[in-house]
Amino acid sequence: MVSVATEPTELAELRAIVAEVPDPELPVLTIDDLGVLRGVGTDESGRVTVTITPTYSGCPAMDAIADDVRSRLAATGHADAEVRFVLSPAWTTDWMSESGRRKLREYGIAPPSPGGAGPVPLTLSVRCPLCGSPDTSELSRFGSTACKALWRCQACGEPFDRFKEH
Amino acid sequence: MIVVQHDLAMYALRLGDDALVLAQRLGEWVASAPQLEEDVAMANIGLDLLGQARSLLSYAGSLLEPVRTEDDLAYLRDERDWQNSQLVELADDGDFGRCMARLLVFSAWQCELYAALAASQDQTLAAVAGKAVKEVDYHRDHATQWVLRLGDGTAESHTRMQDALDAVWPYVDELFESDDLVTRLVADGIAVDPASLRGPVLDYVADVVERATLTLPAPTVRHSGGRRGVHTEQLGHLLAELQHVARSHPGATW
Repeated sequence: MVSVATEPTELAELRAIVAEVPDPELPVLTIDDLGVLRGVGTDESGRVTVTITPTYSGCPAMDAIADDVRSRLAATGHADAEVRFVLSPAWTTDWMSESGRRKLREYGIAPPSPGGAGPVPLTLSVRCPLCGSPDTSELSRFGSTACKALWRCQACGEPFDRFKEH
Repeated sequence: MIVVQHDLAMYALRLGDDALVLAQRLGEWVASAPQLEEDVAMANIGLDLLGQARSLLSYAGSLLEPVRTEDDLAYLRDERDWQNSQLVELADDGDFGRCMARLLVFSAWQCELYAALAASQDQTLAAVAGKAVKEVDYHRDHATQWVLRLGDGTAESHTRMQDALDAVWPYVDELFESDDLVTRLVADGIAVDPASLRGPVLDYVADVVERATLTLPAPTVRHSGGRRGVHTEQLGHLLAELQHVARSHPGATW
């Protein structure tokens, strides 16, 4: 049976299901927290369509995310769901939710500063997610994934990942 | 309409080939860069370029007749069918200075190109460019920091950085060349006029070169031909490594 989801309440339920999909490289965050999930809808035939956008052009997590989205929807009776990739408008760290930033910090990753992609370039001090000190410095401009850089805290001596502003 | 579609496919292919070939070159540095952080940097920059290449080659393939996938285009084309600029195919031969000299010029070019292409009449090219411009801006910044550090470093690093700049410079001009295909697409508001990029790109590079206490080379020879499928000997070796698994095991998946 092909289920048809057109009622707003049902779409909201579908969105809630999809919103729980974790990022495979940052499992503490969901794709909704990250702003990667751009929309859930249905096409003319009633098939569920989910739209996602990559953080970086080469983000290798996109295929895994698409698989996760399809399998979660399949488990709720929407075996024919389609996942669409869009590039525009381009993802920015401004789309990361407040709860996403909090979860990152708790996980030990310094979140991006809000408004980092604004017209006025501001260099705000980066707080150590472990001890909270602003006395930190960049160790490497590139890190374990495309979206992170490697930093170190001078106060507690610990290295930490920082989500780059983008 | 068919002509425009074929032009568009070829244009996307040129930009995609540039990104893919340089991604492969950067990948060669992983585990052999001067420091661990640089291994990570080369891999990350290469990954961004690979992502851009995938979008551009997929798009080019979708416009071709018959339709080709990104993998068809990446793994099953012979050397003469590649349309990348010769600059990106140059082998670094383990010379980190050359890698950074090339990255400085190429990312400065990509930065200006994508910024302008984001306003293209073609929605797909505009979306790819709008996405990628922030990535290549970060690459440019990275190359800038290295060229400054090496140029304005020790006598040894200064000499080697200058040699590196001299080695890549004869290949820079090709980035600003035009031909009938590009001219047609520029007239339609789809492509960016390569000549319009020369000023801003060379201004940026010249400023970095000056701050790095280096000298902008005056080339006596200019190499060109990549957009017509004419390449240096070095591309064939790169393609052998890139393609041999896919060609040895046609259709294999894992």
